[in-house]
Amino acid sequence: MEREHWGTRIGVILAVAGSAVGLGNFLRFPGNAAQNGGGAFMLPYFISLLVLGIPLCWAEWTMGRYGGTKGFNSAPGIYSVIWRNRAAKYFGGVALLIPLIIYMYYVLIEAWCLGYAINYLTGDLLVETGSAVNDFVQEAQQKAGGELAPEVAKAKGFDAFFENFVGQNADGALLEAENRKWLWVLVGTFLLNFVLIYRGVTKGIESFCRVAMPVLLLLAIVVLVRVLTLGAPIEDKPERSVVEGLGFMWNPKPDKLRDPQTWLAASGQIFFSLSVGFGIIINYASYLREKDDVVLSGLTSSSMNEFFEVCLGGLITIPAAFVFLGAAIGDYTGTAFALGFRALPNVFAGMWGGQFFGFLWFFMLFTAAVTSSVSMLQPVIAFFEEGFGLKRHASAAILGLLSALGCGFVLYHSKGLLALDTFDFWVGNVLIFILAMVQAIIYGWIFGIQRGHEEAHKGAHIRIPWFVQLMLKYVVPVYLLAIFVLFCFEKLPSSDKLAFEFAAETSDELPRETEAVPVPPELREGFAANEAKLDDEATIEFNAEAAVWTIDDKERLPAYVLMREERTHVLQIRRGDEVVLTKDVINSQPSIEALEAGGLSPALRAALEARGLKLPETVEVEAADDDAWQLVGESDKVLLRIERVALDAPAEVLAVKRYAMGYFETFLRRPVVMSSILFIAAVLGFLMLLIHIAGRRWQAEGRFDRPD
Amino acid sequence: MEPAGWIVMLVSVGAVLALVSYCLVKVFSLPPVEMDELKGPLEIDTRDTENAD
Repeated sequence: MEREHWGTRIGVILAVAGSAVGLGNFLRFPGNAAQNGGGAFMLPYFISLLVLGIPLCWAEWTMGRYGGTKGFNSAPGIYSVIWRNRAAKYFGGVALLIPLIIYMYYVLIEAWCLGYAINYLTGDLLVETGSAVNDFVQEAQQKAGGELAPEVAKAKGFDAFFENFVGQNADGALLEAENRKWLWVLVGTFLLNFVLIYRGVTKGIESFCRVAMPVLLLLAIVVLVRVLTLGAPIEDKPERSVVEGLGFMWNPKPDKLRDPQTWLAASGQIFFSLSVGFGIIINYASYLREKDDVVLSGLTSSSMNEFFEVCLGGLITIPAAFVFLGAAIGDYTGTAFALGFRALPNVFAGMWGGQFFGFLWFFMLFTAAVTSSVSMLQPVIAFFEEGFGLKRHASAAILGLLSALGCGFVLYHSKGLLALDTFDFWVGNVLIFILAMVQAIIYGWIFGIQRGHEEAHKGAHIRIPWFVQLMLKYVVPVYLLAIFVLFCFEKLPSSDKLAFEFAAETSDELPRETEAVPVPPELREGFAANEAKLDDEATIEFNAEAAVWTIDDKERLPAYVLMREERTHVLQIRRGDEVVLTKDVINSQPSIEALEAGGLSPALRAALEARGLKLPETVEVEAADDDAWQLVGESDKVLLRIERVALDAPAEVLAVKRYAMGYFETFLRRPVVMSSILFIAAVLGFLMLLIHIAGRRWQAEGRFDRPD
Repeated sequence: MEPAGWIVMLVSVGAVLALVSYCLVKVFSLPPVEMDELKGPLEIDTRDTENAD
């Protein structure tokens, strides 16, 4: 069989860039940056790009082309020719598993984008009489007895539309009769990917990316121009302007650089964005010829990805959302889904030409997603072809069945998007770190940096400085390991975070039953006063031994923990030399924690406003020293000074802590999570078995006997 | 928007624009691939879609 090759130099660059440019560039990056220090986030971001991203890309391109010249396109084969060890091919199994599992849920998100684009065409995402989203807005208003502010009702309407659209409320919701029409969108998206992959590397992927990438650029520029010309469209809120929106995204908060989470988020963003450690670049590079350049091509595709991320994603998403939603956008930056599918439709609803630009936006996301998802199929197709001598028909059919099975699994287990989240966490986060480490070690310590340097420069149009090779051998594995340990430390164990406080005496009125009983109405009122959500079916139980109350949600999973604690400090607020408020001991500690994190707690804001001290929406918190903060308004004007003051004697409060289940506990308590992980393990086991059989076949055929 | 925000934004966007421009200029100014290696996308027939197993 004649081996496939890329047709043109720019074709392979666009294909790799297309693989990298996806939803992460437009949704995940801006959310991550805004949440982790704004402009300050760019420092760890660019360090991760220069230390991890680009060097690892070059390593993957180099190893991929080397493997290709030895007759292999799949990671198990490529690792085996680099590392002549029987174990090598099994590490390649991870490089097949990652793109395959990610495809299983990514194609679903891709279909959401297309579905939303279609909903814009039909007008169902406009808040107009008769539209689908308007029905949800009315429903939210009715539930609240007509007391919701129009903006709140609208936000709730878009939330409900998304939840209904993705079947978030119940498993199997998308298979019910009224939702089935959207299944056809998924089927169409799925088929589009397979048609492209079936046509092959040049006729399918390359030809598509040569058209799709310029289209993507054009769409993004049209949306960017619209956003940058929005001005301040809400008449009575002139402070909500595009410039202030850019400020929300880019104003640096240097304090955040001391938070390990910022560094973790930056390196995770680089990985996810550049498709490093996905097993895709190594496969794509294997279709290059021996004298094709990898250094300039690798750098160009990485820089194209950065262009879409920093220059387009960084200027579109957050400023647009800020203009229409104000500081409330902070509630949406936590997840890409919230920003993309809940906040932005609300933004388009308020924008002139919103129907057209909403369609363009989601069609742009869909195009970006297709160029990525199609790249996730190629590594496994390549393995089926070279491992078992299958033709593309057969390889595509087997892969189609396998990926449809996984996609069906995620589609059915749609409640709370638990299966999708589990796949994303364990494969889209944990495994990509592991594979990147494996690849860095294979390149630096087995392939060898001297050999790698020579191999990379065959046909190269620019030079890689030698210190990059030294970094790949010594710095990258250690940096990766450090980030991975930090990541596990942050995500795996359960944790609780102080949310608010009640008076200590409140604990005397709490139930003392050691079995779960309904939450008393007085306690519910206390939660509502602190804007804390509590399920209608929530229960409370007392652990006498630990003197702790646990509140479980409707699924009988821990949501809050209540315990008596001592407090030694309160807050004193000054305007100039005048003390305008000495905060009650209750809720002082949550306010101190919020100030330390660079924010203002709702309780402190409410207390200030109760004293007639109205603050602007986007007030900045700056640390003055270890025990004092300043609230800074427009033109850097210091509005208030807040000081931490020691109490004469400790005071008791009843602390309410929000409980966040870590991934270990989630695994044990949630059957869907456990079955999702078992599903991943089963796919990995299946791939390992195939790799074992293919390895024996390659050995018998003498495929590894070629000289280096 | 603070001056520091403007600086970070302009430096970040500028640096990325400079890098991508340098790369693209370099790529497009390269001499064409030699004739014996030139294969357009539609000229390649890998024949792997024929005679399905």
